[in-house]
Amino acid sequence: MTVSAVHPAQPPAPGDVAAELRDVHIGFRSGRDVTPVVRGVGLRLRRGRVLALVGESGSGKSLTSLALIGLLPPGAEVTSGSVVLDGADTGGFSARRWREARGDRVAMIFQDPMAALNPGFAVGRQIAEPFRRRLRLRRREARERAVALMREVGIADAESRYGDHPHEFSGGMRQRAVIAMALALGPSVLLADEPTTALDVTVQAQILRLLARRQQEADLATLLVSHDLGVVARVAQDVAVMYAGRIVERGPLDDVYTRPSHPYTLGLLEAMPDARDGGRLKPIKGVPPDPRRPPGGCAFHPRCPFATDVCRDEDPPLAEDGDRAVACHHADEVTASRETEEPR
Amino acid sequence: MGRFLLKRAGQALVVAWGAITLVFVVVRVVPGDPATLILGPDASAAQLDSVRADFGLDKPLWQQYLTHMGEVLHGDFGDSWRLGGGAMGATLDRFPATLALAALALLITLAVGYPLGMLCARRPGKILDLLVSTGSLIGQAVPSFWLGIVLILLFARQLNWLPSTTGGGPAAVILPSVTLALPFVGWLARLVRNGALEETGKDYVRTARAKGTGEGAVMYVHVARNIALPVVTVLGLLMGNFIANAVIVEVVFSWPGIGSLMVDAITNRDYAVVEAAIVTITVSYIALNLLVDVLCVALDPRLTPESA
Repeated sequence: MTVSAVHPAQPPAPGDVAAELRDVHIGFRSGRDVTPVVRGVGLRLRRGRVLALVGESGSGKSLTSLALIGLLPPGAEVTSGSVVLDGADTGGFSARRWREARGDRVAMIFQDPMAALNPGFAVGRQIAEPFRRRLRLRRREARERAVALMREVGIADAESRYGDHPHEFSGGMRQRAVIAMALALGPSVLLADEPTTALDVTVQAQILRLLARRQQEADLATLLVSHDLGVVARVAQDVAVMYAGRIVERGPLDDVYTRPSHPYTLGLLEAMPDARDGGRLKPIKGVPPDPRRPPGGCAFHPRCPFATDVCRDEDPPLAEDGDRAVACHHADEVTASRETEEPR
Repeated sequence: MGRFLLKRAGQALVVAWGAITLVFVVVRVVPGDPATLILGPDASAAQLDSVRADFGLDKPLWQQYLTHMGEVLHGDFGDSWRLGGGAMGATLDRFPATLALAALALLITLAVGYPLGMLCARRPGKILDLLVSTGSLIGQAVPSFWLGIVLILLFARQLNWLPSTTGGGPAAVILPSVTLALPFVGWLARLVRNGALEETGKDYVRTARAKGTGEGAVMYVHVARNIALPVVTVLGLLMGNFIANAVIVEVVFSWPGIGSLMVDAITNRDYAVVEAAIVTITVSYIALNLLVDVLCVALDPRLTPESA
C-alpha cells in the first residue's frame, strides 16, 4: 500500500503508544484570566486501537482532541501538562513543526463534512492537496493518487467525480472525502470528532464501517470523540468518559459498559435507548456546570444520586485499578447498583 | 450565460441613453453661450446668429435633442468647435492615457492593499491592523487634488525623484497613479481583512490546516478563493472609479487624458467634447460592471461545473 511509504522508519507495532496526553490542562485566556475548560486529562492512544472519548457537549472533549493536532481555537491554550506525538513532546513545537506533523503524523476528521470542505475547490483537488503541497508531486501523479484514495474510501466513479465541487456530493460522500484527505499522508494518529453526527442514520453505519476498516488496515491509533454511546460501542475498544473537563472513568469498552463505576457513566448508559427497559429513557438530571463557576468538590455532585458530604468537599482523584480508572468516592456502590439491576 | 449577457447589455443601453440625455440637458441649461465664446465679445449679432445656426443652437431644445440622438446613433457626437474634427475622435485619442493611469492605480491598490489586508486578518486587533484601519480613514478623508499637490512638492520638487508632468518620460505616470490609488489602498485592505477574517473562522480553514497546509497557502489559496467574489466586484467598481476620478488628478498633473480634456471642454463650453467624454466614462463604467458580472458568474462554483 502506497500511503504508508511516507514513513520510512521501522514498522510500528500494534499496541505502541502513538500519542499521549499527560495531565493536560486547557483554558480560555482573556487578558490575564484563564477559564479552565480541560482540567488534567491523561490519555494514551495505541496503534491499532480506537479510544472513544465520550461526554456531553461542553465537557472539553473536542478541545482535548484539537490539542492533539495543535489546532486549539483562538484564545484557547494548553496551560500545563504535555501533548506527546510519537514520543516527541509538542510543547516545544514551532509552527513549522506542527505543520509538518499535521496530516503526516496526526490527522483529523470533523463533524460537518460540508463545512469541512472548501466550497470553492473541486473535492478531488482538495484530496490531492497534501500530495501536491507536502509530497511535492506533479499534478498528474497527485491526481492519480487522489483518485486511488477516493476509490479506497468508497467514492464511486472516483475518476469522474474528481472535479466535482463539495455541493455536488451527498453528505456521506463528503465525509468519505474528508476521511480520504485525513488518510492521504498515512498518519499514525487519527482524530475523529463526531464523524457521523451530521450524517443520515443510514449513512452513519457505512461511514463507521469504513472508519473501522481503514483503522485496522493502517494500524491507526484513533481517538473517537462522540456523545453517542451506540456509535462508540460499534468501533471503539477503549473508552474514556469526560465530565466538566476531567476524565471521570476510563477502561476497556466492554468492561466499562457492563460495569460502570462512575455515576455519570451509569447515567449516560441509562440515558441510552435500550430495548430491555421497554424503551424508557432515563435522562441525567440537571445541566453540566459552567466552567467559570465550577461547583466545589466533585464537579458531578449536584447531579449525582450517590452524592454525600464528602463529594461536596473533596474532588476525588482518578484512581487506577489495572486497566480501569475511576474518579468517584462511591465507585463501589455505583458498580454494585448496576450489578443488582442487571438480572432484571 | 447568453441570456444573462443579453439582458445586462440591454440594461447597459438604457443607462447609456439616460447618461446622454442627462448630459444634453445639463450642458444646455448651464449659463454661457458657445457662440460668444467662439467669436469673442466683439462679434455682431448677425455673426452670432450664423454660428448658432451652424451648430443648430437656434432650434428649439426638443428638436436639437432629436437631431442629436439621431446623430449619436450613428456614432456622431458632433464636432468640437475648439479642436476641430469629431468630438468622439478627440476623446478616444486621449482615452488610452486615462486607461493607463487607472490601470496602474488599480494595480498599485491591489498589490499593496490585498496583502496588507491578509496580514491584518492574521493578527486582528494588533498594531498593523489598527494602523491600517486608521490609515484607511485618513486616506479616504484626504482630497485627491491636495494629495496630488503634496506628492508633487515632496517627490518632484524637494526630493526630485519623480517627474510631475508628462514631459518626464514614462515615470511620469507614477505620481498621478499613486495619487489615485492611495486613498483606496487602506479601503481595499479593510475589505480584504474583514472578508478573510470571517473566512478564517470557518471549518474548511481548520481542515486545510489539519492537512498540514501552510499559512501562506491557507490564506492565499483557500481563503482567497472564497473572498474572490467580493474582491473582484470592488476591483471592477474601483477601476470605474479611477477612470472617473482621473478628472481631478489629471488636471493637477497635466496628464493628457480624458479628464483634463473634459475640464478644458467645460471651461470653453465645448458641448460636444464634454458629452463625448462623459459618455465614454459612462460606457466604460457600464462595460466594467458587465465584466464584473461575467467574472462573478465564472467564479461561483455553484454556477459553473469547473474541472480543476
